[in-house]
Amino acid sequence: MPPRIRIIAILICIFLVAYVFELVRRRNLSEEYSMGWLVAGSLMLILSISEGLLESISSLVGATLFTSTLFFFGLVFLVTICLHFSIRISSLTNQVRTLTQHMGILYNEKQSLEDQIEKNSLAQHQSKLEKL
Amino acid sequence: MNQLKQKKTAWITEQSVSLEFLSEEPITSLNQKVPLGDSHKTLIVMPSFNEEASIGQVLNDVKENAPGTPILVINDGSVDRTAEIAKESGALVISLPYNSGYGVALQTGYLYARKHNYSIVVQMDADGQHDAACIQDLLSAVKNSDADVIIGSRFLGKNTYRTSIARRIGMFIFGRLASLFCQQRVSDPTSGFQAVKGKAIDFVASDHYPPDYPDADFLIMLNRCGFKTREIPTKMHPSKIKKSMHGGPQSIYYVFKMFLSIFVTLLRKKPRI
Repeated sequence: MPPRIRIIAILICIFLVAYVFELVRRRNLSEEYSMGWLVAGSLMLILSISEGLLESISSLVGATLFTSTLFFFGLVFLVTICLHFSIRISSLTNQVRTLTQHMGILYNEKQSLEDQIEKNSLAQHQSKLEKL
Repeated sequence: MNQLKQKKTAWITEQSVSLEFLSEEPITSLNQKVPLGDSHKTLIVMPSFNEEASIGQVLNDVKENAPGTPILVINDGSVDRTAEIAKESGALVISLPYNSGYGVALQTGYLYARKHNYSIVVQMDADGQHDAACIQDLLSAVKNSDADVIIGSRFLGKNTYRTSIARRIGMFIFGRLASLFCQQRVSDPTSGFQAVKGKAIDFVASDHYPPDYPDADFLIMLNRCGFKTREIPTKMHPSKIKKSMHGGPQSIYYVFKMFLSIFVTLLRKKPRI
């Protein structure tokens, strides 16, 4: 791998890992989601640093260029994380749906209870007035 | 110490006494009474989204045709006067905070019905498409047969319902698929005019319900779960305001979704109810 692209790849990976740590520290990213990014970033970093490993993996997947091995794994990672997000979004959508429905029902019940209390207190007032 | 305890219990009993009047009457009977002499507690569920033009008329028709039956309008995030008009007509109204789609609104009605122990739910549209005169047909069919779900079909019997060719092709294909997998004739799988009773209400209120468009896939699922469905002819009017759920680029999604949904429904294990 040409040294220039290697340095760039290493720098990007270090930046990514550091940035993910920083995001978790600032609580902008939850630990659950940081895992994937950290693992992927570290793997890319290892691949970029050790040329021997990259070479053997390249021959394993049949890539002629070392850079394409990196791209390939980057792409695999992106697809995986997108799928993961789709799954999460689906379950979040379901949860929001359920919340919406229950909120609507609860609001309706609250409203009718309020009406009933109002009616009752009115009736009480009236009976008090009648007594007077 | 003892005094404090006594005070506390007194407070608690006071609270429960003052709350008693709430539990005396079920909330549902606030506005309307369930008809006497009818062992079935019936609810009419009507999902609606921006239907101010038609909902008043529809509610009046329903009240005429099914007097005394509570009507629950699910206001699916309408931005017009739908909810106010429904309230003025004496219907119960559940307002969802934003538009969440026909299926979600409909299921909200079933959740409410399950919570308040209704034994029959009639679902119909608020756009005047479904003829309120047929509610009694649906009700008597669901009460007097062993079917759990009665579907009002616009294609059975004499009917003048007209629709676009594309829609008719779609309905034909999915009707055939549903007929094939339910092993009975399904002429109108997209019908939103249905009466549902007993356990089937719980099933619609469960997670197994397809949340966007309940359709042929849901009929197949019902059938797989051992619920009996039956169709009866009902009158339907073409919707006056053209805003069908299956139009434009959405129809491509609809066709795709329906095929996929039917396919995975068949692949899934039978849901336990």
